[in-house]
Amino acid sequence: MASTIVEARGVTKDFGTVQAVKGVDLSIAPGELYGLIGHNGAGKSTLFKMMLGLIPISTGEIRIDGEPVNGPRFRETRRKIGYLPENVVLYDNLTGLETLYFFADLKAVPRRECTGLLDKVGLAHAAGRRVREYSKGMRQRLGFAQALLGTPRLLFLDEPTTGLDPGAIRDFYRILRELKGEGVTMVLTSHILAEIQERVDRLAIMEGGLIRATGTVQTLREAMNLPLTLEIAGGAGLAEQVGRVLEGMAIESIEEAGSVLHIRLPREAKMPALARLATLGDTMRDLRVREPSLEDVFFGYRNG
Amino acid sequence: MLSIDFRQIAIVAGKEFWDRIRNRWVLAVALVFTAFALVIAYFGAAQQGAVGFRSIEVTIASLVSLVIYLIPLIALILGFDAVVGERERGSLDLLLTLPITRRELILGKYTGLAAALTFSTIAGFGAVGLILSPQLNLTALFHYAGFMFSAILLGLSFLSLAVMLSVFASDRTRASGLAIGTWFFFVLVFDLLILGMLVVTAGDYGGAVFPYLLLLNPADVFRVLNVFTLDEVRTLYGLATVFPEALSNPAILGGVMLGWIVGPLAVAIWRFER
Repeated sequence: MASTIVEARGVTKDFGTVQAVKGVDLSIAPGELYGLIGHNGAGKSTLFKMMLGLIPISTGEIRIDGEPVNGPRFRETRRKIGYLPENVVLYDNLTGLETLYFFADLKAVPRRECTGLLDKVGLAHAAGRRVREYSKGMRQRLGFAQALLGTPRLLFLDEPTTGLDPGAIRDFYRILRELKGEGVTMVLTSHILAEIQERVDRLAIMEGGLIRATGTVQTLREAMNLPLTLEIAGGAGLAEQVGRVLEGMAIESIEEAGSVLHIRLPREAKMPALARLATLGDTMRDLRVREPSLEDVFFGYRNG
Repeated sequence: MLSIDFRQIAIVAGKEFWDRIRNRWVLAVALVFTAFALVIAYFGAAQQGAVGFRSIEVTIASLVSLVIYLIPLIALILGFDAVVGERERGSLDLLLTLPITRRELILGKYTGLAAALTFSTIAGFGAVGLILSPQLNLTALFHYAGFMFSAILLGLSFLSLAVMLSVFASDRTRASGLAIGTWFFFVLVFDLLILGMLVVTAGDYGGAVFPYLLLLNPADVFRVLNVFTLDEVRTLYGLATVFPEALSNPAILGGVMLGWIVGPLAVAIWRFER
C-alpha cells in the first residue's frame, strides 16, 4: 500500500468561466480520519466529486491508492471505495435489504454480508420494510450500510450525520472508530464543526476553491494564534480582585456574565495569568480554560 | 471504458424489469393492449356495417392505427426519466462511484425497460392472438405474429428515443416536455408535413423521394411494414401501384427499425460519457 491513499496535485476545476477549485494539493495517509470543512460554494463537494471520478479534473491529478482517478485500472480501485452522498435518496419501492442486495450485486459482494451490515447500522428490525416508509435518519443509516458493503479501505462520507438524532450520531462515530481500528481511511465533510473537531485526525479548511490550511485542530489553533478564554466563577467582589491581580497584563477583554467572568487573553499570557490568579485563593470557586473552537479557527481563516 | 461487463448490465436490467413487474406496470399495459385489441378485432368493421371478426388483414390494419398512437406514448412515458430521474434523486452519483461504467448503466436501464415493454406487448397481444386462433389459419397467424414483432420494434425504437431525451434533459420536467414533443412530432406532425409538402409541390418535384422520407419516422416504418406487406390491404387501399418495391421488403424495413433502436441509444451513450 502506498504511503498516501489519497493524493491530489495542483487540482483545478473550471465550470465555464468560473473556477470552482483553484489548485488544490492534498495528501491523506492510510488509516486517517480526515475532515474537509468549508461553507457552501467553497469547492469541497466539487473536490469530493473529482476524487470519486464523478466529474473530470480540469488540470492536475488525483491518485487513489496510487491509481489515477478514471485511469485504466480505476474500475478495480472503485471496489475498495465506499461512498455516502449527501442527502442520499435510494429506491422507495425496494425494501432496505433489497436495496443493499442491489448495491452488493453491483459491487460483486456476496449478498450474505447485507443482513450483518443492516444490523451494524441499527436497521435489522426494518430490513423487510420498504424504504418509502423509512425516516430521514433511517435512510441515512441505509446509505451508510451501502457505503460499507465489501469492506472498503477508503470511505468518502459527505455530510454523513445530516438528519441523525444525537444518539444516532454517537452510534455513527462509534462505527467510524471501529473502522479506524481496522485501518480504514475516511474522508468526511461536515458543517457541524463542533461535532467533527473531537473526532478527526486532521482536517483541511476550504475557502474560495483553495485549501487555506491543513493540520490537526490543535496545530490550526496554534497557527492562528487565537486568544483563549478563561472562565472564572466566584463570589462577590471577584471582578475587582481579578482586575487587580491581572493589572498590566495583555488582556484582550473581561466580560461578566452572571457570576462568571470571561477573560480573553493571548495564548502566551495563559501561564503567567494562571499563576497570578492562583493567589486569589478561595475567592475563585472554579476556573476553566476554553480553547478556541473549530468554529473560531474556521472563521479566523475565512476572515483572515 | 471499452470493455463491457455484461454482469453489471444484467444487474441493472434485472432491477428495472422487476420494478415494473412489482408495481404492476407490465400487467396494466398488457391489459390495455388486450382490451383494445379485442374491441378492434370484433368491432373494427362497424363503420362498414358489420360487427364481429372479419379477416386478420383488416384486423391488423385497424390494430396498426391504434398501436401507432399508443405504443410510442407508452414507450416514451416508460423511458423519459431513466437517467434524469436518477440524476434528480441523487442516486446517479452513487451508482457512478460503483464499479459500473456509464455505458453499462445506460445499456442496463434500456435492456430492463425494453424487457418490460416487450413482455407487456407479447402478453397483451398474445392473449388476443390465442382468443382469435380458432378462426385463423397458419398464414393469418404468421401475419399476426409479424404484427406483434413489428409492434415490439416500434416500442423499442421509441424507448430508445426516450432514453436519449433522458440523458440530454437537465431535469424531469423538461424531459417529460421533450417526450410529449417527440410523440407529437412523430405521431401527429410528421405525416402532415410530408402531406403538406406533397400538396405544395403538387407532386412535380422529387415525387419519387417522398415514400423514402417515411423511413425518417419509426412510426411510419411500422405502418408501412404492416400495411404494405399485406396483399389484401394493398388492394383494399389501392396502394399497390404507387409504392416502391423496396419499401415492401420486410427485411429492409426491419433493418431501418433496428437503426431506429440502435441510433438514439448510441447517441445517448455518446452524450452520457461526455
